[in-house]
Order: sequence, then C-alpha cells, then structure tokens
Amino acid sequence: MDFLNAIVALANFVLVPGIAYGAQLALGALGVTLIYGILRFSNFAHGDTMAFGTMFVILITWGFQSVGISAGPLPTALLALPFGIALTGLVLLGTDRIVYRFYRRTRVKPVVFVMVSLGVMFIMNGLTRFIIGPGDQRFADGERFLISARDFKEMTGLKEGLAIKTTQGITVITAVVVVALLFWFLNRTRTGKSMRAFSDNEDLALLSGINPERVVMYTWLIVAALATIAGTLYGLDKSFKPFTYFQLLLPIFAAAIVGGLGSPLGAIAGGFLIAFAEVTVTYAWKKVANYVLPEALAPDGLAQLLSTDYKFAVSFSILIIVLLFKPTGLFKGQSV
Amino acid sequence: MKMRDFGLFALVALLIIGTGFLQSWNSALLILNMGLISAIMALGVNIQWGYAGLFNVGVMGFVALGGLAAVLISMPATENAWASGGIQVVLGLVLGAATVVAAVLAYGRMAPGRARGAVMLAILVIGFFVFRLIFDAGVDGVEAINPAASGYLGGLNLPILVSWPVGGLLAAGAAWVIGKTALGLRSDYLAIATLGIAEIIIAVMKNEDWLSRGVKNVVGLPRPLVVPYEVDLQNTPGFVEAAQGWGMNATMASTLYVKGIYALLFTVVLLILLWLAQTAWNSPWGRMLRAIRDNEVAAEAMGKDVTSRHLQVFILGSAVCGMAGAMMTTLDSQLTPSSYQPLRYTFLIWVMVIVGGSGNNFGAVLGGFLIWFLWVQVEPMGLALMNLITAGMADGSALKEHLLDSAAHMRLLTMGLVLLLVLRFSPKGLIPER
Repeated sequence: MDFLNAIVALANFVLVPGIAYGAQLALGALGVTLIYGILRFSNFAHGDTMAFGTMFVILITWGFQSVGISAGPLPTALLALPFGIALTGLVLLGTDRIVYRFYRRTRVKPVVFVMVSLGVMFIMNGLTRFIIGPGDQRFADGERFLISARDFKEMTGLKEGLAIKTTQGITVITAVVVVALLFWFLNRTRTGKSMRAFSDNEDLALLSGINPERVVMYTWLIVAALATIAGTLYGLDKSFKPFTYFQLLLPIFAAAIVGGLGSPLGAIAGGFLIAFAEVTVTYAWKKVANYVLPEALAPDGLAQLLSTDYKFAVSFSILIIVLLFKPTGLFKGQSV
Repeated sequence: MKMRDFGLFALVALLIIGTGFLQSWNSALLILNMGLISAIMALGVNIQWGYAGLFNVGVMGFVALGGLAAVLISMPATENAWASGGIQVVLGLVLGAATVVAAVLAYGRMAPGRARGAVMLAILVIGFFVFRLIFDAGVDGVEAINPAASGYLGGLNLPILVSWPVGGLLAAGAAWVIGKTALGLRSDYLAIATLGIAEIIIAVMKNEDWLSRGVKNVVGLPRPLVVPYEVDLQNTPGFVEAAQGWGMNATMASTLYVKGIYALLFTVVLLILLWLAQTAWNSPWGRMLRAIRDNEVAAEAMGKDVTSRHLQVFILGSAVCGMAGAMMTTLDSQLTPSSYQPLRYTFLIWVMVIVGGSGNNFGAVLGGFLIWFLWVQVEPMGLALMNLITAGMADGSALKEHLLDSAAHMRLLTMGLVLLLVLRFSPKGLIPER
C-alpha cells in the first residue's frame, strides 16, 4: 500500500506537472528551432512573442466572457485561441516585412539578426506591458479539475490524492494534436517539404525553384501558432505575467539546444528533458521517501535537492553539459 | 576624434547642463553620475562586441557581481558569524569546488568508457550530498544571528574603493567559466550561456541570505574615504560659509558637493579605462582582434589562436562591467538584488553601445551618457505625451486611466525603437569605427 501511495504522490507532484510543463516547453522550443532552421538565427523575441500572442487570447477571452460565450467545462480561451493565432500571425508577418526582411536581403551575420531580435523583444515587451499591464492575469475558467485529489482518494481508498487539472489535460492533448499536425505538414505537404529543403541547403533549394519569401512566410505563421498555443497553455496552467514569459526564454533555448537546434524531434525531447529535470531537482522528496524507505532511513528535512528559485540553474547546467560534450545536441542539429 | 565627435559630446554636456537649469542641479548631477557609470559599462561591452564581435547578453550578472564585491569588501564582519557557521559555509563551498575538480580530473585521467562515467557520477552525487550536509548546517548557523538586522557573514571591513578592482576580478572569474565552455562554439551559444548565467547570479544573490542578505538587501554601505557625509558638511562652519558665498543653503550645497566628488572619482576611473582601452585598440593586439573579428578563418590560417584571444577579451570586458557594478553599488550605498532587471542592466547597455558606435570607445562612452539621459527623461516626456493625448477625454474614463498608468512602459518601447532604427539606418552608430 505504501508503495502505491508513493507512486501516486510521485505522479501527483512530479509526473503530471512535469508532463504538462514539458509539453509547453516543447511547443516553445519547436518555434525557436523552426526559426533557427529556416531563418538561421536564435530568436530572442520568442518569449515575448508568446506573451504577445497570449495577450491577444486573453483580451478576446475577456470579450467572449463579457458577451456570455463560453465553452462549457473547457476554458473559454480555447475558443479565443484561433483568433489569437491569426492576430499574432499578422503581427509576426508585419515584423518580418518591416524589420527582418531588410537584413535577410543584405545577408548580415547571424549575430546581427540576434541583436535585431533583441530590439523586437524590447518593443513587444513594451507593447504587452502597455496594453495589458505588467501584473498577473488569470483567465482560466470552466471546470478546474479532471480528477480532484479528494475524488481520487475516495475512489481508490489510498492516502495520497492524484489531482489532474483540466488545463494539464488540455495541454497534453493540444500538444499532441499540434505536434502531429506539424509533422504531417513538414513531411507530407509540398510547402512543408520545401521548408525542410530550405533548411537543409538554402542554395540547392533556391536552385530548384523554391520561393524563399514563401517559405519564410509559412515559417512565421507556424511560429505564431506554436508560440500562441504554448503561451496560452502555460498561462492557463499557471498564470500570465509578461516577465515570466521573458524568463521562459532560457528553458526554451536550453530545450532547443539540448535536442539539437533545427531538429523538431529534438525540440520535443529537449522540452520534456528540461521540464523533468527542473521538476525532479526542485521537488521535495520527503513524502515519497517516507513511503518507500523504512522508518530508520526516512529523511529529516524536505529532501529537496535545490530550492525552487534555482530552477533556471537546472536548465542552465543541462545546457552547459550538452554544450561541453555534445554541441550539436542529442538529435544532431545544425552547428555552424 | 573629429570636430563632429566633439560637437556630439558638447551636445550631451548641454543636455545635462540644460537639465541643471530647467529642472535642478541635483538631478543633473544624478544623471551625470549614472551616465559615467553607464559609460564604463558600455566601454566594457564595446571591448567585447566592438573589438572581437562577442555577443554578451549577461551584462547584468557581471554588474551584480561587482555590487556583491562592494558588500563583501566594505561591510564590517557580523559578530560571531564566522564562529557559528561561517567556517562551515566556506568549508562546504571548498568541498563543492573540490568535487567538481575531482570529477573533471577523473574525466581527464581515466580512459573513456562505462567505468569513467560511473566514477564521475559517483563523485558528483556523493560530493553533492556531503556538500549539502556541511553547507546547510553552516548556513543555518549564520542566518540565525539577528536575522532582522544582519543574518549574513558581513564583509572584510576594508575601504570600499578596494571593491572596485575586486568587483572586476569577481566578474572576470565568472567570465572565465562561461568563456571556457561557450567560446569556440557558434556565436549564438555565448549569448544564450551569458543570458543564463546572469539569471543564475541574480537568483543566488536573491536567495543566499548568508552571503548578501538576499532580498532583505544590504543598506548603509560605507562611503569612500574621500567622500564626506552631508551631515558632517552641514556641521562644518567653513563649509556653511562657503555655501552662503555661492548663494545656496547648506543642505543643498552639501548634497551637490557629495555628488560632485563622486562625479570626479568616476571621471578619473572612466578616463583611465578609456586610455587603457584606446591603447589596447591601437596596439598590435587590438589589430589582431579586429582581424579575427572580421575574418576568423583567415586569422586562424595566419596562426592566431582565435579561441584564447576571444577568452581574453571576454574576460577583460566583463571585468570592466564588474568594476562599474561595484561603483554603482558604492554610489547607491546599498545592494538590492531584486532591482537587477535584464532590460535595464543588459539590454540598455547594448542600446548605448550600438547607438554610440560599436568599435569606437568614444562612441560607447557617448552612447552611455546620451542613452542614460534619454532613459531618465523619456518617462516624464511619455507622461506629458499621454497627458496631451488624453486631454480631450472625459475624466475618469477607463481608457484615460489606462493610458496614463501605462506611460511608465514607454521606456521599453522607446529603447526598442531606438535600437531598431539605429541598426537599420545607421548601423555604425553616432561615432563610427575608424
């Protein structure tokens, strides 16, 4: 029985949050990795793109809520999501047209692109704070739990409860659908194939008549969708605060690099790796240990490896280890 | 420098003096002092970016390390702190470092294979738990001492001026670790690694109360010996008489006097650093760096060691930023870890360098002053603009309130716009590289 309790406690505090967080990171890292593969720079504005897209979704959600549209047990934000994606897509296409295209044509060094993306980050961050404010926003509604801890305890008679939030369920399902769609698009459609060709070898792709501007346009649209979905899911699961999204940049980059920049499969693996590393290292293992270990060995303290404030240190350490031992990442990404 | 450059510097001087006449001399001196410090930070970034093309987005972390140095050097040691746990803390840290060294040695000495992996893992895991065992007990001991007022180890009680070079050294040490791992890989990796280390340094300073009291802040750092306290000045008859001679009351005169002394100190440091940077730029070493920056492959073919030159210049630039950080904490005479924001301490410095002119030390310095001036003045200007825009709206309307509240965020927007416009239309900056 104790063993079962330990497993449930582990699932409740480590597995479920880890899977949800991993899915959110994976979606974010996919966006970073796509931009890296096609446009060939590390987009520092990605965290703020996520915040920007989420802001649209929140505003539309509030609009829906005020006229009484709701999705029943699901969060209203899901209805607002397509509109948010469309608006973010327009914003990104506009940014590309006004800002990035010039540098693409003049063929500047990648590091200048990175710097330009910093400028874009500033502006997006400023606009987000300007429009919705720097504070916390909660916009989740509908049912809170798929299974609440209490129901679970009653159902199974165990001492430990397992709570699964609706937002966690939605996160995983959405992520699976989005990733399936993305891989179908990249592997099966003409546009997707031309994008991969462009990513593999730009000159050959140009020679075979692929229109680079079209490829770039589709990339931005996909990135807009990925960033908005990732941002909204994260916001639903935790809460929306512009500065948190800027800070997400580090785990997202770590995930993309660990997986191998430019490799979509790697981004997903990296996202889950980083998420689980963060959750397990900062989780207080006392409860689980008490169930599994004999009384004499039970820990006195919280048995927490690092305090939660150091979760960035975890993704950073993984990043450094990968950079030292395998700079191309686990899934053989590009390295220039 | 050409005539035009002098003109630009004169313009910035005019802006600051104008602030003195239109607003107050106090705010003019405030802008000048932070402008001097910003100029030094910009100089540090320019050494990395302008000389060698290294993209460091962790300026904030190095600046914060400088601030930490100011506390560790100048504050008096907390009574009993060393006896009741301080030694254990240090022992724990030494053990932690030894663990890492042992793991690295094992990696270097043993033959590749499963055995090596297992030994390394064992060393790290056992080392970590021993480290936590000793370290945590020490930390509890230190933090238990009068937590409301101290609860930290305190410092060495040395003159705070000592902390300026020490801040540089601390930052240089951190830069060495980062540079060793991330340099030699593709250019974006350095950016991401520095972004990460900056966040971690701030996290450590916020959470390790035994080191710098964390978010409880360290206040009341001593001033450099040459800087008097306002109260003492006001009690000096000679000073009061002189102040009346200048047509000011003693309170006003004493604050201006103190800020003036700081400005002099900072100017001396800036001039020395500028001279050093210019000498390095014109030396064969500087030419080699530019050759590497402009064509790494060609420079490598000529037998230049690209990675170690990069490491060198990365450490130097970071040290300058660390020194500026120590100076800033000296000026504020307090360390508030929560006030370190990447937008303010990393990206603003970058805007300074790009706008001023990357690859030109005078440009970086000019950018430091100019952008700092704008940073301070944009907020009232934004508020004025918002007042103008909302003048026609009904009082109490939601939109009007929202717009007025949001005026504070104009800064980010303006800085982003300035950065993009300069990168697009004048990528060489105000004073271009020559």
